[in-house]
Amino acid sequence: MKGSSSLHAKQSIWKKSLNARTALLYLFPSILLFSVFVFYPMFRTIYLSFFLTDQHGSAALFVGLENYAYLLESQAFRNSIKATVLFVLYTVPAGVILALFLALIANEKLKGIGFFRTIYSSSMGISVAASSVVWLFLFHPSVGMFNRLLTLVHLPEVQWLLDPDWALLSVSISTIWLNTGFSFLILLGGLQNIDGYLYESAKIDGAGYWYQLRRITIPMLSPTLFFIITISLINAFQSFGQIDILTKGGPSQATNLIVYSIYREAFVNYQFGTASAQAVFLFLCILIVTILQFKFGERKVHYQ
Amino acid sequence: MKRVELMNVSKTYDKKTEVISNINVMIEPGEFFVLVGPSGCGKSTMLRMIAGLEEITGGILRIGEKEANHLPPSKRDISMVFQNYALYPHLSVMENIVFGLHVKKIPKLERKTRCKDVAAMLGLSEYLNRKPRELSGGQRQRVALARAIVNEAPICLMDEPLSNLDAKLRAHMRSEIRQIQRRLGITMIYVTHDQVEAMTMGDRIMILHDGKIQQVGKPIDIYNHPANPFVATFIGSPPMNIAEGVMKRLQSEILVGDECEIKIPVEDSRLLQTEQVLVGIRPEHIKVASKETSHENRMVVEAINVEILGNETIFSFKIGSHEWMAKWNGQWHLHIGDQIPIQMDYESLCLFDRKTNERIKSATDIENNILDKEVFL
Amino acid sequence: MSFPRKVVFYFLLLFSAFLLFFPVLYAFMISFMTGGEIMQGKFFPQTFTLDNYFRVFERLPLMKYLMNSFVVSTGVMMGQLIVCSMAAYVFVFIPFKGRDLVFFLFISTMMIPWEATMIPNFFTIQKLDWTNTYQGLTVPFFALAFGTFLLRQHFKTIPKELFEASQIAGLSRFAFFWRVILPVSKTSLVTLGAYGFLTTWNMYLWPLLVTNNDQVRTVQIGLKQLQSQEVATEWGVVMAGVIVVIIPTLLLLFIGQKQLQKGLTQGALK
Repeated sequence: MKGSSSLHAKQSIWKKSLNARTALLYLFPSILLFSVFVFYPMFRTIYLSFFLTDQHGSAALFVGLENYAYLLESQAFRNSIKATVLFVLYTVPAGVILALFLALIANEKLKGIGFFRTIYSSSMGISVAASSVVWLFLFHPSVGMFNRLLTLVHLPEVQWLLDPDWALLSVSISTIWLNTGFSFLILLGGLQNIDGYLYESAKIDGAGYWYQLRRITIPMLSPTLFFIITISLINAFQSFGQIDILTKGGPSQATNLIVYSIYREAFVNYQFGTASAQAVFLFLCILIVTILQFKFGERKVHYQ
Repeated sequence: MKRVELMNVSKTYDKKTEVISNINVMIEPGEFFVLVGPSGCGKSTMLRMIAGLEEITGGILRIGEKEANHLPPSKRDISMVFQNYALYPHLSVMENIVFGLHVKKIPKLERKTRCKDVAAMLGLSEYLNRKPRELSGGQRQRVALARAIVNEAPICLMDEPLSNLDAKLRAHMRSEIRQIQRRLGITMIYVTHDQVEAMTMGDRIMILHDGKIQQVGKPIDIYNHPANPFVATFIGSPPMNIAEGVMKRLQSEILVGDECEIKIPVEDSRLLQTEQVLVGIRPEHIKVASKETSHENRMVVEAINVEILGNETIFSFKIGSHEWMAKWNGQWHLHIGDQIPIQMDYESLCLFDRKTNERIKSATDIENNILDKEVFL
Repeated sequence: MSFPRKVVFYFLLLFSAFLLFFPVLYAFMISFMTGGEIMQGKFFPQTFTLDNYFRVFERLPLMKYLMNSFVVSTGVMMGQLIVCSMAAYVFVFIPFKGRDLVFFLFISTMMIPWEATMIPNFFTIQKLDWTNTYQGLTVPFFALAFGTFLLRQHFKTIPKELFEASQIAGLSRFAFFWRVILPVSKTSLVTLGAYGFLTTWNMYLWPLLVTNNDQVRTVQIGLKQLQSQEVATEWGVVMAGVIVVIIPTLLLLFIGQKQLQKGLTQGALK
């Protein structure tokens, strides 16, 4: 009897660990890849940010916080931060509002609405490189569409991408256009998830379109809006391709967004230490945005 | 056809509170055994322990002659029907039915014939190529049944299989499941919260409450001789009326709810050990008072609700703070507020000890309680 | 809806559609124009000649780039589907101590921007000698927290009784995963697959870093090359390149728009 109960004990330990062992087997690829390509490089980036590095990216000389101190002193980096913040402010609110507007008009039950939905989501299928090349042409000083329109109505031409005052705005416009597709698709999905009975009961109460929009649609859509704002913010911080093709950070660094700045510092100037410090800065920005969103956003958001 | 034996089986999730305790029961080969109780009483947990889907934390489970505590579900010679049917949505009806056979590597030809036989038995032959979502609820239920039967497992477990069907279909499926079980001779363990299913289907039923056995036995025995007030009110519809009563030994009567006195035979009043009792009477035992009714047994109550069902009439009235119901055959055109003379006989009463909840006396004058042999005369 | 309101809505819909689609439409028109037509600022080309398309394939090894992009996108898609579905399976069907902690770790990777880790990753690829290889372009993207999360949400809707029924039938865990979970979750696998394909096809920064010859270079980098070579005169050729690059993804999006929208909303919100 004793023998059999200890056998059972063994069996049950074996059985219990079976779950964990199977789980690890299935999780192994993910854990390995995350370790190699996310967690390790994150720590490595933080580590490198305390060093001067050689050309092969190896730590050469420990300098403590000097890289950070250097960055805070540097006019170029401050410029880049300013550009990034402005870029976020230009793209996120306008992009979300545009996508929300499109989602609202595309959520009506009208004939041929599927066609419009496809058109509105189309920019999701267009790469940053392709869209930037197209916009490069639209912004072209002489043959570009925009300047032709301006001359048509007898307004002075604008050096869209070459004028430091206009370049960031121009890049923002192309970015908003590029991100509209994804935001639209998610917001439309959110709208379609709202229970139709809510509108029916509102109609019985005699509520008009704007009242329904304010009292039902927006509150019920708030989780989706919350999600899309976060994603847009993070996307804005991570923008790179449009800068590389449209302006290369210029003119006079007006569009030198943080990721482009990291890229140049690391792979053009081979300053991996200061580049890493900037990368840590980028990471902190995104972390703070996410935490703030969760802390303040979550409370106001109405979850079903 | 195997027996299932539970010896001192218990279950705890946090090693402190037992959700099931001290279950001892022997389920005989070929028996239709029903586990019944209110939701949360542990009946599903118990079934899942027998199936091997939940770990048994105490006691021994035997299937056949073998101890089965640590056998994986597939080695227990069981089949199971789930409440939501658990049909594989991506497989056709035929693939669903033979899914288990496929896993057990039964040859293709045999799979086909067995599937066809079972489908014919359950009237599914036309639907074999459909997907579950193209079937009605009743048809899905049949597929789940077919999937359990086709395995030819000696023991079949069912977890509230009829609760997603409408009332009419449910009544039909009750008899169908019962017939299939009898034809195949399998041992059936059937979980339900519906006492009608338990009464009509089970050879024996076990009533569970708070993880403990309340009573095990033949349905009609449990109906006639409920072991405690819980069983008395759980089995039967409408349930047995219950109220606190006090024995007046001197007057040899029981006072129910301050107003209603019921005479009891002198010898019984001597036998009763306690004065604090619970008095129970089934609604059909409350009769209309006639001219012959003796003055003491007659009382007048005010109807506070009336349900005329066509073949029977149910009305309720107040006894003390309790609402009691009476059920009379036929159509009685009663109205709310009517003063109704009724009679309650001592013979119809069930008495329970208020402290221990044990039964002191069950009803003895049960109508039509004809012994088996008399029926065939 | 009343008639005047319908008119308002159709007007808004058409106007927005025109504005949004204008850049693509214009690029499409330009891709058929000669240099002279572009200079004149025309909107419709005189003839729909395919000259620019022939020339773009001459200028660049565009066919090779397209092939590379296709291989890389398909590779990432397959890799993500396998890796993410396995992880999601554990998070729904295999309980073990510390599972919540592991899940939290997975989710936390969503907060680490890829760009913040690209420097060490670049050196890792170099050390593995994976520069200019398909594996260098694909493997780092196989594990995806968003994908795991999306599939987990769908797996959670599968009744656990299905798992129990398969246990009684004697199915192994892997067989249950392979023969029940994956077929039942076809729709979300398609969503994640389309999403993975789209994002990889459109990826820009990483291919720029880890490719430096034509061997495995993708079309997006090809566009950059084209634009920097041709910028002065031949906009028609450049636009032809743009159209060739966006057609596969636009087609994918047009076919799967509804599915993608449903799947992504499900994954994004609880």
